Amino acid sequence: MRVNERNPWSPRFWLAFAAVGLVLVILVPVLNRLVAPDSAFAVPDYIVPLLGKYLCFAMLALSLDLIWGYAGILSLGHGAFFALGGYSMGMYLMRQIGTRGVYGNPVLPDFMVFLNWQELPWFWWGFDSFAFAIVMVMLVPGLLALVFGWLAFRSRVTGVYLSIITQAMTYALMLAFFRNDMGFGGNNGLTDFKEILGFDLQDPDTRLGLYIASAIGLGMAFLLCRFITVSKLGRVLLALRDAESRVRFLGYSATNAKLFVFTVSAVLAGVAGALYVPQVGIINPSEFSPANSIEIAIWVAVGGRGTLSGAILGAGTVNLAKSWLTGAAPEIWLFFLGGLFVLTTLVFPRGIVGIIGQLRALSPRRARPTAPPLVADERVLTERQA
Amino acid sequence: MTPAPAPRPNAPPQAGKRGVRAGGDVLLYLDGITVSFDGFRALNELSLVVEDGELRTIIGPNGAGKTTMMDVVTGKTRPDAGEVFFRGDHDLTKLDEAEIANLGIGRKFQRPTVFENLTVAENLELALADSRGTWRTLFARLSPERRERIAATLERIGLAEKRGEPAGALSHGQKQWLEIGMLLIHDRQLLLLDEPVAGMTDRETEETAELILGLARDRTIVVVEHDMAFVRSLGAKVTVLHEGSVLAEGSIEHVQNHPRVIEVYLGR
Repeated sequence: MRVNERNPWSPRFWLAFAAVGLVLVILVPVLNRLVAPDSAFAVPDYIVPLLGKYLCFAMLALSLDLIWGYAGILSLGHGAFFALGGYSMGMYLMRQIGTRGVYGNPVLPDFMVFLNWQELPWFWWGFDSFAFAIVMVMLVPGLLALVFGWLAFRSRVTGVYLSIITQAMTYALMLAFFRNDMGFGGNNGLTDFKEILGFDLQDPDTRLGLYIASAIGLGMAFLLCRFITVSKLGRVLLALRDAESRVRFLGYSATNAKLFVFTVSAVLAGVAGALYVPQVGIINPSEFSPANSIEIAIWVAVGGRGTLSGAILGAGTVNLAKSWLTGAAPEIWLFFLGGLFVLTTLVFPRGIVGIIGQLRALSPRRARPTAPPLVADERVLTERQA
Repeated sequence: MTPAPAPRPNAPPQAGKRGVRAGGDVLLYLDGITVSFDGFRALNELSLVVEDGELRTIIGPNGAGKTTMMDVVTGKTRPDAGEVFFRGDHDLTKLDEAEIANLGIGRKFQRPTVFENLTVAENLELALADSRGTWRTLFARLSPERRERIAATLERIGLAEKRGEPAGALSHGQKQWLEIGMLLIHDRQLLLLDEPVAGMTDRETEETAELILGLARDRTIVVVEHDMAFVRSLGAKVTVLHEGSVLAEGSIEHVQNHPRVIEVYLGR
């Protein structure tokens, strides 16, 4: 039973969820495989990994929305968790290359041979196993978030200060991963992957499989986030976002609640990164760059914070625009991104979902948006963008 | 001008563990509390004893340390010196806000602070006396009995019709009542009310006084208030704070005729 009469798991919700799921998991593969390539409805092979990439970005945006939209934690270093998940997957893919590398070393990846390393560093042990890599994909970002979050939330670092130290975190990681001594391929990162679980990564079938895995991953991540946000904990988080000290006086541990969602969010970001890397074929330290993390926040803001579906919509829309604009007029892309953000902040603080809500409000049947935005946070982003 | 520290009838840590809750036992014990902000002494060796079951009003001019005293009791501010004990053996200076709240101390703020983006009923839901654990909260389901309790509280604070509205849409007085409702629903042993009638109309003030007197029958309440008419209507023991210490204590008549109180209130 709940306080509200509205049922978050109503048949209407499941219908919408199933409809989107069918389009992503069934329709796209069908259009890719069963429709003649010259048909107007065909999804060509080169589009599939691109769509898969968008789905990974959507999952990343979802993970940020969970903490930013619902708990007021604006992480501007979320790219770090994404990249760590990506590196964990990349390490597995590197080990799968085996003797097919340039130097043909059965154990050491090419860059280690090049650096004259004699044996595999201890932190590469176990990455020849897919299961181990999957555990690491979640464990590494999760542990970092747990430790970082514990230190930050325990000391009650909030707002702009938290955003700044998350930027510092991802920047520090970027510098560290750039170093050859770190043992992660330095500047070039990890690339030249051959196969995953024995499937050729260049094969369109494998790519379609990875795309479907991304779609299913996104769907599961969405359900998990929804489960958290409609629970009583979700309401505690909203309360924390709006009046943190009041929540403490009610007896809730703000530190624990924030730590929980922050860690869940980092794990989701890590999984998104792990799905992303085999589809784009490379992971390098630029994924840690602070600008990347800021872009994630822009996806969420454009889509509409505190709505979950908005994060997915925002990631999709902005990245579609990016793919198109960086091809058509690469020099204006950054101006477009900046302009989009300013416009969203000033005119549409609730993003795409807010606009849809307003349009629906004009019709007699209207719905209350799930989580009204915290306008004060916009300042943070504007400052960081400047 | 500090009064001698009150005797400690329930000296920690030995006493208090028996859990005696009869009238006359000390519930809240503050001794020698000093709090300084940048050299300004907000509390100056404040000593105060509140007995179990008591209704106490605390008055004093602005800057007398009333709110700081509540901050110390609820864990928001750590005192530079002095000790605070609750129910004999709980040292409040060692606990954080959430732990203190879970011991059974509720607080209502000067400015009404409700969760504006949650509905009225959701505000009450968060205040229910259920587990505060993060994991438990994630899987919490509202039992029919809890639902009933929320409905009864909504009725009592006169907000039954507003249950589904965001609390941010309430009027100032309604927010005050919602906040009192959030204290009511939890059944805490000690309530600290910081200016509960600030910004209320006369009628609302009267109703609040009745509500507080009703509440005081089965719990301990400390009220900080400026409104003398309201303090008089509560008819409780009054403590006057001045410059961070207790200036006078006793019945309202006693306090009003106290020469130092008159001097402090009128002489400025």
